[in-house]
Amino acid sequence: MSIFIDKQTRVLVQGITGKQGSFHTGQMIAYGTKIVGGISPGKGGQTVEGVPVFDTVFEALEKQPVDASILFIPAPYAKDAALEALDAGVKIIVLIPEHIPLHDAMEIMAYARQKEAVIVGPNTFGLVSSGSCKIGIMPNRYFIPGPVGVVSRSGTLCYEIVGHLTDSDIGTTTVVGLGGDRVVGLNFIDVLEKFEEDPATKMIILVGEIGGSSEEEAAQYIANSMTKPVIAYLAGRSAPPGKRMGHAGAIIERGRGTFESKVKALSEAGVKVAELPMEIPLLVKAALAKA
Amino acid sequence: MKLYEYLGKELFYRYDIPVPHRKLIESAEEATEAAAELGNVVIKSQVLTGKRGKAGGIAFAADPGEARKEAERIFKMELNGLKVEKVLVEEKLQIDQELYLALTVDGAARCPVVLVSLDGGMDVEDVAEERMVRWPVNITLGLQDYMVREICRLLGVTGDLKKEFIEFLPKLYRLFRELDAELAEINPLALTPAGLVAADAKVTIDDDALYRHPQLPRIKEKTALELKAEELDLAYVELDGNIAVMANGAGITMATLDMVQHYGGAPANFLDFGGGADVERTSKAIELLLGTSPKVLLINIFGGITRCDVVAEAFVRVRESKGIDLPVSFRLVGTNEAEGRALLGKVGIKAVTSMDDAVRHAVELSVVSK
Repeated sequence: MSIFIDKQTRVLVQGITGKQGSFHTGQMIAYGTKIVGGISPGKGGQTVEGVPVFDTVFEALEKQPVDASILFIPAPYAKDAALEALDAGVKIIVLIPEHIPLHDAMEIMAYARQKEAVIVGPNTFGLVSSGSCKIGIMPNRYFIPGPVGVVSRSGTLCYEIVGHLTDSDIGTTTVVGLGGDRVVGLNFIDVLEKFEEDPATKMIILVGEIGGSSEEEAAQYIANSMTKPVIAYLAGRSAPPGKRMGHAGAIIERGRGTFESKVKALSEAGVKVAELPMEIPLLVKAALAKA
Repeated sequence: MKLYEYLGKELFYRYDIPVPHRKLIESAEEATEAAAELGNVVIKSQVLTGKRGKAGGIAFAADPGEARKEAERIFKMELNGLKVEKVLVEEKLQIDQELYLALTVDGAARCPVVLVSLDGGMDVEDVAEERMVRWPVNITLGLQDYMVREICRLLGVTGDLKKEFIEFLPKLYRLFRELDAELAEINPLALTPAGLVAADAKVTIDDDALYRHPQLPRIKEKTALELKAEELDLAYVELDGNIAVMANGAGITMATLDMVQHYGGAPANFLDFGGGADVERTSKAIELLLGTSPKVLLINIFGGITRCDVVAEAFVRVRESKGIDLPVSFRLVGTNEAEGRALLGKVGIKAVTSMDDAVRHAVELSVVSK
């Protein structure tokens, strides 16, 4: 079992003829993802990695149903592409690009809510249901099936942590990247809810960072509504206030979004917060033994 | 990008938002003339930092002589390490009440939010939560009159002030939307006999949307190194320590700094060069760090989009062309790891596989080479 996506999920790649789009189409197919089409305006009729290319999302949907779309589109054009997919009726949209203007992101989220669609990102590595479907850019080999759900605001740090699990022969159900921007679609609570319902997920790892209040909100949700164990790792303990640490959302502003506030909220919700990424496999093993 | 108050007020003026009569000056001499024209004035340092008043960067003057004296004093000031280069001389408003008004982005609700309080003029953090009305705006609808009426009801505002709000708020919302602002804050929003006037202006524009606002000036508040990093499209922040750190990805770079601190070391910077940098850009990133004269260089690579061989090639290139004569702690795993290791091996560098080992090693090196 898994959340959001599985073996049956039919995926479209918007921006499939670009360098990133074509490379990751190949990687996703190698992982087992069912890529049913690609979009590249003006390049319809070509194929990329054996996948048929269409000019528009609507045209692709005339040929076959589509469940999800992943965007490899330069930031200034991402809003148009995302709205196109939403308007055409795609229900899961993964926004890979970084630097999408904030107001564009807000417009995308408003329309997605109206269409009852799920947005992952922007500025995300995507999501993967281990062993069955990857819609994203993460390195294939670390994502092996197992009992742990992972939800993270950052990419490479999430690979680092999943890599530690893999080295300890612990696999994952689904791994979701929320994205590093200030306005993102899925948040911690949306994903925690799904993990709580998913029978295959025995416990959850939450990878957060400084900035915003989503970890604090997640902590409240965990305290009130979750039965499964959650452990956390948070980045940014040493970050100075007022500086953006790489991610647009990773900034301590006006005393809000601090590392201490997040650790306190999560600890009070009964979440064990790891000091170092390498401690995580041991904490996971202990939690699984009890679960 | 944060805008100076005088620029924010220029934008307000363009959007028909009432602002005080004012003059921007670049020397104390100009204050005399400005005050002669404006009468009773406020003299305000133009620096991108809060709490200017408390630091003495804002002064009142009743005549041109006093204005010049205060301007002279303010031009000599440094506020939070920032030199005062420009000063705004403004008519002193007759203020009956100070309010607070802002438009910003509510990350949790994923939409714009209006913040209004009848308690203004103080630090916004000091405004009691129950005295602040927060109204999330559905961005598809935009700010409608009924929303402003509702905000007024929640504030307990009626009569003339309510009419003022219904006229004032949509203007600020239009500015916020059309200019891709992250923040448009007026504190205090002054209630004068002539109506509402923006006594201050704090406007921040979304960096990612600047490309579609060529008419806006470009404000640089970064250090020379941070600017150079920006040109190279690197996320870079200067810190105080002696271990130069580079990694790929914002989260893992933060985690690397945290771990350096955990083991008793001090990072010299945050540098995330992630996102598939080529040899050229990676070399430039390494050179940039070497230019800061750290004691130790720590490179932490978990290759996904970033390829290990590209990083190794960049490192070898810099080593051969510029020389790298400080101790290096290298961690290299992920995409094209074997090729990367082979390249490093040729120049006698053995990369480790664990982040923990690499960080501990770097901290040890920084201690012995102090």
